[in-house]
Amino acid sequence: MSTTRATSGKRSAVRTLLRLWPYVRPVRARLFTAAFVAVLASCTGLVIPLVLKWMVDGPVADRDPAGVWLGALFLLLLGFGEALLFGLRRWLVARPLSHVEAEMRADLYGHLQRLPVAFHDRWASGQLLSRGTTDLMLLRMFLAFPLTFLLVNSVTILVGVIIMLIQDWTLGLVILAPAVPVIVSCLLFEQRYSSVARQAQDQVGDLTTVVEESVLGIRIIKGFGRHRSQARAFWELSRTLRGTELRKARLLAAILTVIVTLPEVAIGVALVLGSVQVADGELSAGTLVAFLSTALALRWPIDSIGFLLAMSQDAASATERYFEVMDEAPEDASVAGSAGARGKGLQFHNVRFRYPDAAPDAPPTLDRVDLHIRPGESMALVGATGSGKTTLTALVPRLHELTDGRITLDGEDITAMSREELRSLVAMAFEEPTLFSASVGENVLMGADDHELDRALSIAQADFAHALPQGTDTRIGEQGLSLSGGQRQRLALARAVVGRPRFLVLDDPLSALDVHTEAAVEAALRDVLADTTALIVAHRPSTVLLADRVALLSEGRITAVGTHQELLRTNAEYAHLMSGSEETGDAR
Amino acid sequence: MTAPPTAPPATADDEREPEVRAKAGDPFDRDVLPTPPRATSALLRSLLAPMKARVALTSFLLLLQQAAVQAGPLLVAYAIDSAVPAFRDDRHGPLIAVGVTYLLCSVASGGLQYAFVRASARVNQDVLLDLRGRIFRHAQALSVDFHERYTSGRLISRSTTDVESLRELLNEGLQELITVILSFVYISAMLLWLDLGLGAVAVASFLPLYLLVRNYRRRAGRVYTLRSTAIAAVIVKFVETMNGIRPVRAFRREAANDAEFAVLNKRHERTNGDALLEMARYVVGSRLVANTAVALIVLWGAYRVAGGSLELGVLAAAVLYLRRLYDPIDRLGMFLNSYQSAAASLEKIAGLLAQTPSVPEPVAPRELPPLESEHPGREVVFDGVRFGYRTGGEILPRFDLSLPAGQTVAVVGSTGAGKSTLAKLLARFYDPTAGRVLLDGVDLRDLSVPELRRGVVMVTQEAFLFSGTVADNIAIGRPDASREEIERAAKAIGAHEFISALPDGYDTDVRKRGGRISAGQRQLVAFARALLADPAVLILDEATSSLDIPGERAVQRAMSTVLHGRTAVVIAHRLSTVEIADRVLVMEHGRIVEDGPPAELIAGTGRFADLHRAWRDSLA
Repeated sequence: MSTTRATSGKRSAVRTLLRLWPYVRPVRARLFTAAFVAVLASCTGLVIPLVLKWMVDGPVADRDPAGVWLGALFLLLLGFGEALLFGLRRWLVARPLSHVEAEMRADLYGHLQRLPVAFHDRWASGQLLSRGTTDLMLLRMFLAFPLTFLLVNSVTILVGVIIMLIQDWTLGLVILAPAVPVIVSCLLFEQRYSSVARQAQDQVGDLTTVVEESVLGIRIIKGFGRHRSQARAFWELSRTLRGTELRKARLLAAILTVIVTLPEVAIGVALVLGSVQVADGELSAGTLVAFLSTALALRWPIDSIGFLLAMSQDAASATERYFEVMDEAPEDASVAGSAGARGKGLQFHNVRFRYPDAAPDAPPTLDRVDLHIRPGESMALVGATGSGKTTLTALVPRLHELTDGRITLDGEDITAMSREELRSLVAMAFEEPTLFSASVGENVLMGADDHELDRALSIAQADFAHALPQGTDTRIGEQGLSLSGGQRQRLALARAVVGRPRFLVLDDPLSALDVHTEAAVEAALRDVLADTTALIVAHRPSTVLLADRVALLSEGRITAVGTHQELLRTNAEYAHLMSGSEETGDAR
Repeated sequence: MTAPPTAPPATADDEREPEVRAKAGDPFDRDVLPTPPRATSALLRSLLAPMKARVALTSFLLLLQQAAVQAGPLLVAYAIDSAVPAFRDDRHGPLIAVGVTYLLCSVASGGLQYAFVRASARVNQDVLLDLRGRIFRHAQALSVDFHERYTSGRLISRSTTDVESLRELLNEGLQELITVILSFVYISAMLLWLDLGLGAVAVASFLPLYLLVRNYRRRAGRVYTLRSTAIAAVIVKFVETMNGIRPVRAFRREAANDAEFAVLNKRHERTNGDALLEMARYVVGSRLVANTAVALIVLWGAYRVAGGSLELGVLAAAVLYLRRLYDPIDRLGMFLNSYQSAAASLEKIAGLLAQTPSVPEPVAPRELPPLESEHPGREVVFDGVRFGYRTGGEILPRFDLSLPAGQTVAVVGSTGAGKSTLAKLLARFYDPTAGRVLLDGVDLRDLSVPELRRGVVMVTQEAFLFSGTVADNIAIGRPDASREEIERAAKAIGAHEFISALPDGYDTDVRKRGGRISAGQRQLVAFARALLADPAVLILDEATSSLDIPGERAVQRAMSTVLHGRTAVVIAHRLSTVEIADRVLVMEHGRIVEDGPPAELIAGTGRFADLHRAWRDSLA
């Protein structure tokens, strides 16, 4: 189901996470300051046991109440300092980290919008969405905690251990003993956990895809009463995810056990040894108290390492998933192609197209297509279902890149102009009329001047828009679901004609209209088409009659061009497509 | 595209925008469905109820684990005050006992930790599994009408980010909370037991802490609700753009979309930052209280040790305990953090789950009577049916219609005449506002879903393909169908040819929404699906609009055999369909204005004769 399994293999979490640097860079000053503040705060915590030691061995042993006051005051100040420093750290990173998350999301969104359409055909949008939401939240949390605290905890542990070694080096060594096994287990853990973490994230993506499809395809599911089997499919996927999460938990439980038990055992040993030393008079009671409170103060830094590592792993695979998409090359903006003015209008020269992910031995979808649409002429494109009509239309605004050959607009190679420029010259109406959550007007204008709105609506016979509750300001739902198919199609048509484009590409623009509306749209379109160069995919004679000439597309090639009447007379396949009569001689 | 033109400019003012819209829009616009009071906690309770025993076990494990952990300082106190003096007297027993006990406690706390993490993970995952399933099933049970208004982005964010925030609460939050509560109780008890006075000071410090927590909860709750609304808006925009990528590209909307997305994204960034700042404020406050309390207790304790009224070991233990007592306050903050965000999410989920399906399944389903003839068709009766959408406006005024079993009826009329509404009522996508729709005398509302779908199946114009293979997609009609039956259905409808030509034939993955399969081919798949379902009544709503004429002819040829003996309602703008119909209904403003066999109507002078003439002309 998923299109995005990681090529599992050796990968370094650190190297992956380093890729975040460009996003972190702008906030590095704050982030580093915050980390420094956190180290400071954490070390303040370590000074407290020393003050205690001083109090126990000094004023308490000497029965000096004034000294006790002084010590307590000092403790209070340290406490205030620690509290403010921790607050300062959070204050420092709050806005910048939300900013980093937002920046990454905006970049992802912007990048996705510019990736080739073929990429979107391949990737379920659920997988993309989970990268834009859950994964980025994981990354923000990584920057907020593990990144800082892996550093802070390491420094704290180091300082703590040094303090303990200075106070009593034998006890210090005892405390230090578990370090090696703990580090080894952490490394082992990291390796195993990372692949499971990645798996879990991909499964979340798959689950999102099912949710999305079951919402978008709700009419079919309901129409066939399939919501139970859909629910079962969902159930199975979520059970798989549950299994993976449980595997994660098992690994986490194991590492936590090691991290909790070993240091605690060391403290126990230190307690016994220390007590013996105190009894023998080799160690002061204050030192033992300070030593143990230091050891205990290090507990959180050590305990939390397991969680921090796990979060870092999650973050590393989130980063990997994020960059998997970001590394896809966007439509290349280079302007190549020669600009030999070879005739006006829209011209296809020996065009060949094969989908980039098609099997290498499969015949190309379009092959040796030559077609010339003269300026101001409209050409109907007729062909059997699946002959490549929609693919051909998508080549004109470069939604797909030609495999070979050239397309020229008024003599200029479409690869010789920027896509921006190209797409401002060519307007399209798609087979599937997608509308966005916005007002009717915004959906039609798509950024064009709004004085054109009424004209476009009337050409497309979409005047119903004025009768909506708030007229053309009425918001229509996601994908315009609350409008009928015919209404959506008319809005999509209005969208195509609104900017008075020089070139118009219409993919079966009238399929959902009733006969009367269709006739009215055709009458209005004729005026538009009079001085527009247009390519119109057509299934019906009525649509074909909008055009000056007709091109017949058959199995990826243009096999005939002429007027409707000519082709009806001379071409059996065309006659078959237009009348449905059983043609003679054609083996279809 | 997002901000309605009437909304204030979305810069400095847009923090206020949710309220502005709250007053203006309906609940759907605000993404706030009416949630019954207490629904959120009721939802949480009902999720946890089935695993009471395991929750208890998990809590018990944690209880033991905390006991093992909290024994440490007590052992330290004992070591300093008793074992050390005993050791000086050459009695080694107490110190050995301390050592052994400490080791046992360490091992026990590690082992219990292991057991706890695993047990709680199982509980958490089961709760999430349950919740995900509930959202999914409920969303599937809700009517098409609801889906049209709720938008898929929101539904997706309910089952992804909102579930995710509950996952965080369960994974980290609940453990934190229980640990915090347990250690508060344990440690307070220990302190009180060690020394009543010192303990009392520690317990007294709980009051300001409680006030802080309460204050934080109130402030953060607001921020979190805003944040979760903000992220939902981001998701809606994201999904919509990716699904409409073709028009986005062709109309050069990238830059404009970037700008609109930036507004939504910024709003989320701001609320997110606000949430983090609330947390910072809380951390400072709670730390200040805690550290002050530590200083006070040490002051008093040390003073008393100096005065000889307190043992040194007791002070040492008290100090060690105090560090631990206040350590979890930060974590309490984190718990509140995840709690707030989970609560906001749960509220939305509860709101969704509280929506009653407007097309509910029957409590006591009835069966369709056995077929009388060998034909699969059944009689359809619309009995005094009225229908209006929730938003008001009657689409179908009182409507009576009877379709005998086995009849093929073509319904024609202009856009908005009520044809699709008729189809949706018959398919039970909606229920009538008044009256009944009967299938062989049984009200559709009394039929269970499987029974209903054996009865009525609808093929619509939008032929959505699910990810999976072509065969999977056809098999939606009847999941238990064999490959042979699937191919037979595809052949009957004329889809076999193009499917066989696909790279993997029937096993070709259609990828994302059938990107590579043309609209006409998708409609053929949809037909094959309907054929495979073999229903008594088949509704075709503009189901051939994207087919070319030969394709349509082929479908019609197939239909004339397939529909034979079946009841069929065919809605089509292309009047060619009429040729296979036994009867034609012309609709206008929700009423039937002409009704009769096609030949008779064509020969007449009514609307249908008009339409038919126009259509013949269009064929040229």
